[in-house]
Amino acid sequence: MEKKDFFDDAKKVNKLFWAFYILIGLSLIAEIFVHKHIFFRWEEYPFFYGTFGFLAFTVLILIAKYILRPIIKRKEEYYD
Amino acid sequence: MTNVYPPALIFIFGALLIPLFRGKLKSVYLILLPVAGFINLINIPEGVHWTVSFLNYNLILGKVDKLSLFFGYIYHLITFIALLYSMHVKENSQHIAAICYGGSALGVVFAGDLITLFVFWEIMALSATFLVWTNKAKESYGAGMRYLLVHIFGGLCLLIGMFMHVYETGSIEFGFIGLNSIGSWFILIGFGINCGFPGLHSWIPDAYPQTTATGGVFMWTFTTKTAVYVLARAFPGAEILIWVGAAMTVFPIFFAVVENNLRKVLSYSLINQLGYMVVGIGIGTQLSLNGTISHVFCHILYKALLVMSMGAVIYRTGKINCTDLGGLYKSMPLTATFCIIGALSISAFPLFSGFVSKSMVVESAAMGGMTIIWLMLLFASVGVLEHAGIKVPYHAFFAHDSGIRTKEAPLHMLIAMGVTAFLCIFIGVMPGPLYSLLPYPVDFAPYTASHVVTTCQLLLFGILAYVLLVRAGVFPAEMRATNLDLDWIYRKGASAFMWVLRHPLSILGAMWNAVIFSAIPSLVTWIIKNPKAAARITFDSVLVMIATGDTKARLQERIKKELEVYPGDIIRQQPIGFTVLGATLILFAYMLIYYITEMR
Repeated sequence: MEKKDFFDDAKKVNKLFWAFYILIGLSLIAEIFVHKHIFFRWEEYPFFYGTFGFLAFTVLILIAKYILRPIIKRKEEYYD
Repeated sequence: MTNVYPPALIFIFGALLIPLFRGKLKSVYLILLPVAGFINLINIPEGVHWTVSFLNYNLILGKVDKLSLFFGYIYHLITFIALLYSMHVKENSQHIAAICYGGSALGVVFAGDLITLFVFWEIMALSATFLVWTNKAKESYGAGMRYLLVHIFGGLCLLIGMFMHVYETGSIEFGFIGLNSIGSWFILIGFGINCGFPGLHSWIPDAYPQTTATGGVFMWTFTTKTAVYVLARAFPGAEILIWVGAAMTVFPIFFAVVENNLRKVLSYSLINQLGYMVVGIGIGTQLSLNGTISHVFCHILYKALLVMSMGAVIYRTGKINCTDLGGLYKSMPLTATFCIIGALSISAFPLFSGFVSKSMVVESAAMGGMTIIWLMLLFASVGVLEHAGIKVPYHAFFAHDSGIRTKEAPLHMLIAMGVTAFLCIFIGVMPGPLYSLLPYPVDFAPYTASHVVTTCQLLLFGILAYVLLVRAGVFPAEMRATNLDLDWIYRKGASAFMWVLRHPLSILGAMWNAVIFSAIPSLVTWIIKNPKAAARITFDSVLVMIATGDTKARLQERIKKELEVYPGDIIRQQPIGFTVLGATLILFAYMLIYYITEMR
């Protein structure tokens, strides 16, 4: 029987997630106190970067999964 | 100037001496070679050195300024790291190919003229091909062959462009070229193939994953970054490069999402990173060029770190597909840690090296008011986070436990990775030393509160999206598959071409042979047996076609008879003397024409 380690313990992994969520919260709060050095108008909108990051990631995954993959996916031995 | 030598020659001649050493001594020699090269390099004063006369031209082996020195430093550093990493490799061929490859890249970087540049450019392509071939797998042979063909094509484009450029300007000097003639476009395409421009990129994901675990560290470094160097020299401020580069940052990230082979993911990631550098060259301001060049330095290090960690995985498990890996952190905790440091650096988290270089390029796009470009770069930054930041470390070392239990990477690999990881963090925390090496004065502060907070928000929310997509079951599953790219065109195209050769074309060829070598000669022999009679038969045959009724029957009868007696008695109406006369007349006419044309 192998020794259980950090990532095998659901409780500890959950703690890690909580730390992550707290970090996210901090990044939102920090924005209020920071004077943003901006080039474009929309950078002023509250939480622009967070929203952009979230949406960009989602759009990227959806396009890759539902549009690109059906087009380019072939059997593994396609070129043999 | 005494006792310093062209950096390229130290590497290339040094590589040729490797077979003289055995065992431990060889390891020591391999480590000392880049060190000796580096000591030589820092003693070379700026200026133009080693001019060699060739035909009517002066070849310059050493154009030494801040830009070329910068590339010299990082190339020596990465060669040192890569050789340390490949200490266990016994085959001399692999070391020789790798060091010649690095040496020729140095040759291009210090070349002051187009001829020297071209020669080292081609040595680079050849030695890289051999480096691919040192991996003895069947796929590597094909991939190496395709790599060579693509680069021969690129080399030819470059050569054509060079001829036109030299003809127009009368000078072989290599410096700013600018896009103002057809020749310069050819040169741009020649450089662009090595840089992985969109549409010309498919050799990167095709060949790079086929290299050996250790050869990859060299491959991921030299060809493409040397292309960035020549672009930065010849085409800074060429506006088209802004769009080309932005496209390069965006399109590979989609391919990386669905790719199963982690080294292929890193190949797409390479194109994406080159995109930032190309954008910086295209913008052409001091800030953007500094951004490009510092990004070369940071990128070489963190990409090498990622490639080395994946190399260690291959070395220990022989596997590299997401579907086969997972849970390796249990056996290889240090490798996993180094991989994560590389991932954080490439994703440009604050305190890691990518943050201090990439932001210069992105900011210079914003300063230029390039809205769409800026949005593309921001989008691509999220893409980097997805494939290089999360996918590579997560699928190799965590994800589902594949059950593979192996040993930690060997000590020399761990040291090589450790040194690189240290540098990634060091540059991220203290960018000053790196900035001091840049060709232009640096007026840029990466660590402003606004900058740190916005970057953290962008990246953390990207990760949040990842977590939610995985929990919702939307995140695309790992799948065993071949994903097509543009190499399809020449891989399938070549088979199609061979089919056309074998089927329709070979039948056509056989028919052509029959007509030329059999039908026509026999017809001619038949005719000259009795030309007059043959002419009559032909004439009658034509008449038969138009005639009708009785005449037709009569003619058919006549042809039948004529054919029966053919060739019959051959009547020579002209004596031999007539032929001689004819020949003399033709000769005379020829002589007249000759004299008339000569007189003019």
